[in-house]
Amino acid sequence: MFRRQRSIPLRGSAAALCNNLSVLHLPASNLTHFGVVHGPSAQLLSAAPEGVPLAQRQLHVKEGAGMSPSLITQVDWCVLPFRVLLVLTSHRSIQMYESDGSIMVYWHALDSGDASSVQAAFAQGIAAYDHFIFVGTWSGRVLVFDIPTKGPNIVLREELVGHQTPVTSISTEPSKRQDIVADLVTADDSGLLCVWQLGSEFTLLTCIPGFGVPCLSVQLWEGIVAAGYGNGQVRLYDATTGALHIQINAHARAVCALDLAPEVGKLLSAAEDTFVHIWKLSRSPESGSIEVEHCHGECIPDTQVCGARFCDVSGSSFAVTGYDLAEIQIFSSV
Amino acid sequence: MSVRTLPLLFLNLGGEMLYVLDQRLRAQNIPGDKARKVLNDIISTMFNKKFIEELFKPQDLFSKKALRTVYDRLAHASIMRLNQASMDKLYDLMTMAFKYQVLLCPRPKDVLLVTFNHLDTIREFIQDSPTILNQVDETFRQLSEIYGSLSAGEFQLIRQTLLMFFQDLHIRVSTFLKDKVQNSNGRFVLPVSGPVPWGTEVPGLIRKSVKGGWIISPFSVDTRYSVNRPVETRMAGTSKDLTSRTQESIAPNPLAKEELNFLARLMGGMEIKKPSGPEPGFRLSLFTTDEEEEHAALSRPEELSYEIISIQATQDQQRNEELARIMGELEITEKPQQSTNKGDDLLAMMDEL
Repeated sequence: MFRRQRSIPLRGSAAALCNNLSVLHLPASNLTHFGVVHGPSAQLLSAAPEGVPLAQRQLHVKEGAGMSPSLITQVDWCVLPFRVLLVLTSHRSIQMYESDGSIMVYWHALDSGDASSVQAAFAQGIAAYDHFIFVGTWSGRVLVFDIPTKGPNIVLREELVGHQTPVTSISTEPSKRQDIVADLVTADDSGLLCVWQLGSEFTLLTCIPGFGVPCLSVQLWEGIVAAGYGNGQVRLYDATTGALHIQINAHARAVCALDLAPEVGKLLSAAEDTFVHIWKLSRSPESGSIEVEHCHGECIPDTQVCGARFCDVSGSSFAVTGYDLAEIQIFSSV
Repeated sequence: MSVRTLPLLFLNLGGEMLYVLDQRLRAQNIPGDKARKVLNDIISTMFNKKFIEELFKPQDLFSKKALRTVYDRLAHASIMRLNQASMDKLYDLMTMAFKYQVLLCPRPKDVLLVTFNHLDTIREFIQDSPTILNQVDETFRQLSEIYGSLSAGEFQLIRQTLLMFFQDLHIRVSTFLKDKVQNSNGRFVLPVSGPVPWGTEVPGLIRKSVKGGWIISPFSVDTRYSVNRPVETRMAGTSKDLTSRTQESIAPNPLAKEELNFLARLMGGMEIKKPSGPEPGFRLSLFTTDEEEEHAALSRPEELSYEIISIQATQDQQRNEELARIMGELEITEKPQQSTNKGDDLLAMMDEL
């Protein structure tokens, strides 16, 4: 059972984007950082366990002189083995900052050379694995950045080719188990999912078609791909084979955000229908088939939810943002 | 964001504007022929061939200021005049109505249906004018051609772009409040019952794939959804009382030079008809009494005023003179507020042209 605990006020309301909430929990300092995109700016704030906001910062996309302000599409923390970086994707660029947003360490201009005039260039979809950061783009290409232990010498290593339409969401495998081969899953707005193995080479393992229904958010856990779709469904696939195991009629409108609490295998789904649901994922030890159980449903009245995240790895609390809502709502288990 | 959003925004807001104007013209007992002329002139200007051509080119959305200026011009494309307070109220109603429609669209693609609905209403206003009817039908055709083939993903982007335009707009509209579709804090009510969109299933089932089929098990949801039925997309129109506005977030939004140039081209492309002969103009009010209108004008906080841009067309000499003459003829009770931030030098430059 979860109960609404408190709200953290935001300086600007959340924009109607998908995956529009990022959370960084630092157990050492017992602080939680939140990141929300307002539009031309992103708001970062840190809060103590009681929810009292301690520090706030607003980031704008740094542009050349004379250019109109760019819109931010996503903000997310990337936790790498030796450092944490904050990644900001927007219409013209990808920018990386130190985790508190104080210093920009890298700026990558999007190459809109291939873009026809009927599509604007933008980047969207952020994830980290080992010492790499993956960022999706409007063309379907996934950019792979090689991150050094410290300093700004970040290098674009390669571009993964698998999607033909704009990438919406990217997720990486949190488990360190040796028997899991799928390390990365990428999704696009045609609903196509691509599953990759990251070794000395990055290989495309399997593709899961979407039949035209956009996949707006995707998660990967213990070889299970969880995908949220524009028609309100959440589907669970086996990452290695691409086989569909479970189809949940979860929501009445587009699923805009998914999150996972890796320690317990809890999945959070949030949609434009004002609902947030929590599911328990597992695998049957005999057959290896994926199982799911509904744990909790919460209505955020009159709010089109656009971001939802667990606040810690055990999934004991979660945070939610909504379109036009100038606060982050926090729910904790009781 | 999507560069295909502007035509949808413009046509739907225009449709709402005409709907409200038609209601007010009748409420104020404006003679039928004058009312028809006003609507004809506005619609004819709105669907001007060159204008529509420019509109359909892939581009970013206008800023709020720029769009407001376009509607100001449109509303004054005929013999009708609106005071600042009435124009503000008209724009409030237009924007909140369309915001509501976009929010409640069951699927992102349904915004195209809403657009067609608005065009249908517009066609009804100009039944007797074959030339203008032709222009509207041509726009219908272009819409179908361009948007008919867009994917669900592209419509999702268009919807997001539209919602970003309407972000933080919480003006309370008394019809919406009365019908309980809007809360007293200005937020719209999002229903958790009713038909699910086409292509979506009613929430509450988990399907597990097994050899030979599926195992279906329910989970509990606190909603009352049902299978799809046709949904009413046409919105109610005017409100009668003054409604107070909630604070709009005023983010700095300097007009880029390109946008001003484009706007000027559009203005130049708008063939604003001269009021023919001795036909006198008339003033339309969005309020029931003059006192209400005055009160609305006086009580509007400075920082919440819509800023209008004064633009002179940079097109050929003839149109320049035309617009300059029409601007001179406009009965403006207050000086239109000039942009006082970064647009200044650009505006000055344009005024000199």
